Amino acid sequence: MSREDVFVTLNEVFRDVFDDEEITVTDKTTADDIEEWDSLEHINLLAAVEQAFSIKFNMGQVVSMKNVGEMADIIIGQIG
Amino acid sequence: MMRELTYPFDGEMILKKSKKLKRTLLEGRTDFLEKRIAVLGGSTTHDIIRILELFLLEQGIRPVFYESEYAQYWQDAMFDNPLLSDFAPELIFIHTSNRNIAKYPTSGDTNEQVDALFAEQYTHFQVMWDKLADTYHCPVIQNNFEYPFYRLLGNQEAVYVQGRIAFLNRLNEAFYQYAREHENFYIHDINYLSASYGLDRWSDPLYWHMYKYACCMQAIPAFAHNLANIIKSIFGKNKKALALDLDNTLWGGIVGDDGPENLEIGQETPMGQVYAEFQGYLKAQKDIGVMLTVNSKNEEENALAGLNHPEGVLKPDDFILIKANWEPKSQNIAQIAQELAILPDSLVFVDDNPAEREIVETQIPGAAVPAIGTPEQYIRVLDHSGFFEVTKLSEDDRKRNEMYKANVERKKQQAQFGDYQEYLRSLEMKGTIAPFAPLYIARIAQLTNKSNQFNLTTRRFTQGEIEAFAADGRYITRYGKLADKFGDNGVVSVVIGRRGGMEDIAAYRQGGQAVPEKVAQTAQDVLHIELWLMSCRVLKRDMEYAMMDSIVEACQACRIGTIMGYYYPTAKNAMVKDFYGAMGFEKTEETDTGVTIWRYVIPADYEPKNTVIVMQKESL
Repeated sequence: MSREDVFVTLNEVFRDVFDDEEITVTDKTTADDIEEWDSLEHINLLAAVEQAFSIKFNMGQVVSMKNVGEMADIIIGQIG
Repeated sequence: MMRELTYPFDGEMILKKSKKLKRTLLEGRTDFLEKRIAVLGGSTTHDIIRILELFLLEQGIRPVFYESEYAQYWQDAMFDNPLLSDFAPELIFIHTSNRNIAKYPTSGDTNEQVDALFAEQYTHFQVMWDKLADTYHCPVIQNNFEYPFYRLLGNQEAVYVQGRIAFLNRLNEAFYQYAREHENFYIHDINYLSASYGLDRWSDPLYWHMYKYACCMQAIPAFAHNLANIIKSIFGKNKKALALDLDNTLWGGIVGDDGPENLEIGQETPMGQVYAEFQGYLKAQKDIGVMLTVNSKNEEENALAGLNHPEGVLKPDDFILIKANWEPKSQNIAQIAQELAILPDSLVFVDDNPAEREIVETQIPGAAVPAIGTPEQYIRVLDHSGFFEVTKLSEDDRKRNEMYKANVERKKQQAQFGDYQEYLRSLEMKGTIAPFAPLYIARIAQLTNKSNQFNLTTRRFTQGEIEAFAADGRYITRYGKLADKFGDNGVVSVVIGRRGGMEDIAAYRQGGQAVPEKVAQTAQDVLHIELWLMSCRVLKRDMEYAMMDSIVEACQACRIGTIMGYYYPTAKNAMVKDFYGAMGFEKTEETDTGVTIWRYVIPADYEPKNTVIVMQKESL
């Protein structure tokens, strides 16, 4: 899966979770950019991302992830 | 019925699309039952509430939530809490888990030390439940404990009293004992649920350490579904009857083509065993009050031949109604509902054929139509769906099948009588009508929550509220029981009347003033009927006349001369729109929304309206 493909899927997940068809995420997107993305929604978001890519983040990854770019890197690292 | 929320569901999809699902649910209907639910958590509850809301909306309950601050369940319950008391919860859910056990035994503890620790941990919960019951008089749902995700003593963890599993088992048993002894207290069995889900996945420590969730995120839909089942059952939203297909649902094969002797049912083949086990499961459902009916495309003769198969567990006699014909199944469902005098959305349709399910699903909104899968999955799907979630195992439930069957017998007899009064007399009906008594409080509360059709005001009350009415001198309360030669129907009618103007009089007295003659007369003279309901299983039996007689008698005894009746229209109670008119009341007001107000001045020479039911006194 290319990095672009990963972002296509990520966009779908973000749109579902935040119920907003306008969202487009980039490498630099953080919780500050999406109004409803608070610490509680973050859990739900990660679960949805895990499901979409059939992967599981470990605790170290969850703690260190700073923006959507880093999330994509971890995903690519896991799906190879 | 929303497929996305019907078991077996895709939990991860529900978590992801919850916002959209909520929107769709809210657009789907307007007749929600609003309920204030307090969630007191020992761990994070945010997503539990988010998903619980969906499953409740699906059941027609629109919840308003109070959520305790993180892990403040005990403080919220035990100490003065204006926020919670202003909220006035109608149900309290306590979400605790094994993470909330303050102290476990250690391997070096003596038996006495373990006993002391057990007493301490149990008391922590018991005082809280007592306090909640005292303060809020509403149903309380309490999680039991799931097993820990590791076992220090390995396989002996449940054997040695110092083991955590042994300790949790002991606490759980004490929780169950409390539930047995307290009417308004219910266990939410997360011990079973976590086992069924898979304990290792359920208790993934990541979710505790990262977010302080007691179970993993992905388990929350299963959790919320299970919890919603208890809540909807408490609020009277259980399903009532199963409508069962026959061929390839209750047995393998097509009875009309293969002949009854070639059906797969019984111990001879693996598939036959599966169907026999399923029939046994259904028969046990019947014994806890679920009504069984058949809805099958078959010649009736063939259907009966199949049901009389010697290896079958279910016999024709186990069913209240058998619809075996070539009509569309949706039409049969409507017919079954009508003949049982229940609403079509109280039915669960069980059929192996997705096309038949589709027809019923689209034609009968609200009826449950589970995708039951393959024969070896039937039991699990029906069971985990929780359509008939048990919260009260009452004598009435156990006898329900007989009662409804007797009803069908009565209808048959009715056809043989030319004169309806003559028919009613032939039933040899015996009634008991009396003020609310402790023995019937649970049944009365249950009726207020599940009667929709013959219900003038559709006001829902908890057991606590019913008890309060019974004890309050300003209220005249009546329950009515009805039996006949076919069987005992139990409590079938409830009336609550509020004596008018007592507050006005009390205000004058409190102010030290004499009560003006006019206020004294007009205020005291009125009874406002706040609730009048009757179970549809006794429609057209003159029970409403007997209730009226009893109310009038009560009024006469305390010199009340006028009765005011109120009708609040709902989607379901059109049948009693003109009830008061038929009872001789005169309409005094009608609003744009269809609310009507009625007045009845009790004549000096009031003649009892009931002439067919013999009234009896009951010694309690």
